[in-house]
Amino acid sequence: MFRSINSSQGALITIYFEGKALNVSKDCNVATALLEAGINNFRETTLNNASCGPYCMMGVCFDCLININGLDNQQSCTIQVSDGMKIKRQVINALGKDE
Amino acid sequence: MNSAEYDIVIIGAGPAGISAAILADQHKASALVLDENCAPGGQIYRAIEKNQNNDNEWLGQGYQDGLPLVETFRRSRVNYQHSAKVWHLSNTKMVHYSVNGKSHSVQGRQILIATGAQERPFPLPGWTLNGVMSAGAAQTLLKESGVVCEDAVFVGTGPLLYLIAHQYISAGIPIKAIIDTTPRSNYLRALRHSFGALKNTKSILQGWRWKREIIKSGTLYISNLGDVRINGPDSVTSVEYFQKGKWKNISCKHVFLHQGVVPEINTSLSVGCDKSWNEKQACWTIDVDQYGQSSIKGISIAGDASSIAGGVAAAQRGSIAALNMLYNLSLISSSDKEVLLKPFKKKLDKEMIARSFIDTLFKPHLRYRVPQDSETIVCRCEEVTLVQIQESIDLGCKGPSQLKSFTRCGMGPCQGRLCGLSVTEILSKELGTQEEQVGYYNIRPPIKPVTLAELASSDEP
Amino acid sequence: MNDFDTIVIGGGLVGASIAYGLSRSGQKVAMFDEGDNSIRAARGNFGLIWVQGKGVNCPAYAAWTRQSAQQWSDFSKELSKLTGIDLAFEQNGGFDFCLNEAEFKQRRTLMEKIHSNSQDNFSFEMFNNEELKQLLPSIGPTIAGASFSKLDGHVNPLYLLKALHKAFKKLGGKLITQTVTDINYINKAFKISTEMDEHTSEKVVLAAGFSNKSLAPKVGLSVPVYPQRGEILVTEKVKSFLHHPTGFVRQTLDGGVMLGDSHEDVGFDEGTNMNEIQQIAKRAIAIFPCLEKVKMIRAWGSLRILTKDGLPIYDHSDSCPGAYAFSSHSGVTLSAVHALDVASCIAKDGLLPLSLACFSAKRFDV
Repeated sequence: MFRSINSSQGALITIYFEGKALNVSKDCNVATALLEAGINNFRETTLNNASCGPYCMMGVCFDCLININGLDNQQSCTIQVSDGMKIKRQVINALGKDE
Repeated sequence: MNSAEYDIVIIGAGPAGISAAILADQHKASALVLDENCAPGGQIYRAIEKNQNNDNEWLGQGYQDGLPLVETFRRSRVNYQHSAKVWHLSNTKMVHYSVNGKSHSVQGRQILIATGAQERPFPLPGWTLNGVMSAGAAQTLLKESGVVCEDAVFVGTGPLLYLIAHQYISAGIPIKAIIDTTPRSNYLRALRHSFGALKNTKSILQGWRWKREIIKSGTLYISNLGDVRINGPDSVTSVEYFQKGKWKNISCKHVFLHQGVVPEINTSLSVGCDKSWNEKQACWTIDVDQYGQSSIKGISIAGDASSIAGGVAAAQRGSIAALNMLYNLSLISSSDKEVLLKPFKKKLDKEMIARSFIDTLFKPHLRYRVPQDSETIVCRCEEVTLVQIQESIDLGCKGPSQLKSFTRCGMGPCQGRLCGLSVTEILSKELGTQEEQVGYYNIRPPIKPVTLAELASSDEP
Repeated sequence: MNDFDTIVIGGGLVGASIAYGLSRSGQKVAMFDEGDNSIRAARGNFGLIWVQGKGVNCPAYAAWTRQSAQQWSDFSKELSKLTGIDLAFEQNGGFDFCLNEAEFKQRRTLMEKIHSNSQDNFSFEMFNNEELKQLLPSIGPTIAGASFSKLDGHVNPLYLLKALHKAFKKLGGKLITQTVTDINYINKAFKISTEMDEHTSEKVVLAAGFSNKSLAPKVGLSVPVYPQRGEILVTEKVKSFLHHPTGFVRQTLDGGVMLGDSHEDVGFDEGTNMNEIQQIAKRAIAIFPCLEKVKMIRAWGSLRILTKDGLPIYDHSDSCPGAYAFSSHSGVTLSAVHALDVASCIAKDGLLPLSLACFSAKRFDV
C-alpha cells in the first residue's frame, strides 16, 4: 500500500489510466503516480505473460515499461506526468515461444 | 552541421559530476553536464532541492550534506542539460544524447564519466514477482515524492538498507519485517579492518545507531539465516526464509531488496575502457589511475562509476579528475594542479579508511549472488532461468557472449545491467574459472535505447 | 584404430551442421570449437533462409540454395524433435525491397535471368507499392516495390546453432573446446593437434571460418577468404506487424525487429560505425515508417567470410584424401544441405556431390 506522507501534494493534474481519471501531483514521474494510485501491474511480460511493474525506479531495469499516449515501451520512471496523459497497460505477446 | 564543442563534457550530475563541473567553472573551462534525472544530485542527493523546505531531517544528515554542493553547482556558469539520456560515446570523444525524443551531439576535448552506481542484482527465487522492488526504489519514492509503502518486508544487507529502514521508522511508517542477510562470519572478518575504521568512526557509529534503533522500534528483525525465497504466484504473497532447520513464512504484498551497490559500467565499457574484477567487492571496476584517467586517452571516470566508495569520496574524486583534465587542457599548470589536489586527496584518503571495513562487513553471501534454485530468473528482461543457463554451459558455453547467443541472456533493454554480474559469477563457479577470465558481456552502443528516428537524424559522428 | 571417424574443425553454423550430419549418418565425430572471444561469424547472422537473388551469374549456386531451402522445413522439424528446441522457423515467403524505380527495373531483370537459368522453374513475383500495401500494410510510401519468393523464410540463427550443438551431443558427438594448432596426414589418417592434446581421425573437415585460411595449406588446400563487416540493429519488442522475412527488416517471433545491413571493408573489426547505423535506421524508417518511434537496444558488427566471387568453397584435397575445406557466408540457408547432403556424402563414400565441383578453390588459381 503506497501512500504519500507529504501534507500537501502541491498542484494536481489529471491523467488517465485505462480510461479512468486520476488526480496526481504534477511534479512526479508516471511510475510514482501510478504506484500511489494503487496500480502495480504496468505490463505483461512477453514470454511468460507475468504481471510486471517497476523494480529499480532509476531507469536501469526497464521493467516499468508502459503504453503512454499510444506509444509502447515508455520507461515510466523517467517520464514526468503531464496533464491529459493517457496511460494503458502494455501487452506485447510473443508470436510463439522460443523454447 | 557542426556540433557544439566543450572543453569538458560530464556525464552524470551526482556528487562526482557536479564537483567536477564546479572546478571546471572556477578555472574557466567550458563545460556541459548531461544528466538523466530532472534535477541535479544523482541518486544519493536525489530531489535535494525539492526537499530543502520540508521538515525531513529524518532523511539523514548525509543527505542534507549534499545541498551546498548542488547549490554551488547551480550558481556556476556550467551548461547543464537535465533529462538527457546519453546513448553513445565515441572514442573520439563525441557524445550523442537524447532529450525529449530529439537527439543531439557534442564534442568534448575531455570527457568525464560520472554515471555512478546501480543496485547489485539480488537473484532470489521470486525476485521478479510484481510487488518486489529495490530498496533504492523505496529511497527514490521517498525523496522525490514523499511516497512510502506500508507493511513491506525489507531483505538484504548494506548501509542503504539500514538507512531506508531508519528513515521509515523515524517517519513512523510500519515495516512488516527486516530480514538482514549480512553473513555472521562477516562481522569477525570486518573486525580485522576495524583499526583503520576506528579512525573514521562517524559512519561506523551511525550504522550501529540505526541498527539499535531498528531493534528498539520493535520491528520484526531477522538475522543469521540461510536461503530466502519470495512467493507468488503472480504478485507477492509472502517471503520465506530458512532458519534453524526450517522454512519460516512472512505474508506480505511488497518486498524491498538490497545487497549493496556496484558501478554502472556499461557507459565506460561501451567506449572500450579496461576493467578488472574486484574480489573484495565482488564486482567489476573500471581501471583508472590516481586521477581517474581511464585506459582511453581523454576519458576519465570519477565516483562510483569506476569503483564504489560512496558519495563523499565521489565528490573528491570528481574534483581530482577535473583538476587533472584542466591540466590536460593546459588551463592550469602542473604545480598548480599538485597544490589544488591536496585538500581533495586528503579528504578522499580519510573517506577510504573505512572502506575495507564496510566492504568486508557488507559483502553479500555467495548464495544470494549465485542462485541455486534452478527456476530462479537470472535475466529479468528475457526471463531466462538458471536451468537454461546451466544447460547452455553443458553444451559448451564458456563465457557470457556464448551464453547470450544460446539463451538470450543479456539481450534485453537493460543491456545486461541486472544480469551481467550474476552471469559472470555463475559461469565462474560452474566452470571453475576466475571471474577475470570469464569476462563480461561485450557492451556496444547504444548505451541506452534510442529511437530509430533519432538515430536517422543524428549528427555525423 | 583412429580416435574418430571424422574430426570437424569449427563449431559455427557450417561446422556444426556438418558435424551433426555426420553423427546422424552414424559416424563417430569430434567437433573443435574455440573459446568465448574468438571471431564467430555464426553469432552475427541475420537469420534469413534466402533464395531470391542468389547466383544470378552461377546457376549451380542458385540451384544449390534452392535445394537447401526446399529441405529446410523437414530439417527444422527433425532438429526440434531431437532437441526440444523451437527454432522459430517460418517459411512463408520473403520480400526484397526496391527503394526506387531504377532498382525495381534492375531487380526484375535480375530475377528473370535467374528464372530462365533455373532447371526447376524458380518462380518469383514483382510487386509495386500499391500491390505491396495489400500484403504489407505498414509499407512506406517511397518504396517503389519488392521482389517476392515463396521459398524464402527465416529462423532464429542462434537457436539453430544451439540445436545443432545439442543434437550433435545427443547423437554421441564430442565437442572439444580447444584451438587446433596443427594437422598432419600420416598413414592415411589425420592427426589433429592442439596445445593440450592430439587426436586422430580418418577424415577431417575444415569449417573454421577465417582460421581455414591458415589451416587449409596443412592439408594441401587453399581457402582464400577475406572479412566483410555487416551491421545489424535490434529493437525493443513491439506488437507484431511484420509476418514475412525481408532483406532489410525482419521481426522475430518474440517481437524484436532486426534491421540490416551494411557491407564494410574494415578488416577484422567487429565494432560498429555510427554512419552505417544511421543508414540502416534511415532505410528501415523509409520501408516501415511505423518504426520511427521504436527504439534500438542493441547493435553489432559481424564479419562475413567472403570469397572474391561471393560463392562458397567446397573442396576435397587431392594430396590428403579425406580432408575437406568448406566456407560459406550463407550458413543458415545452407545448413540443411550441409547436414543432410554434404555430410552424408562424406560419411558414405567420401565423395562430394557432383553439383559442388564448380566450387573448388581451384577456380581462383586461374
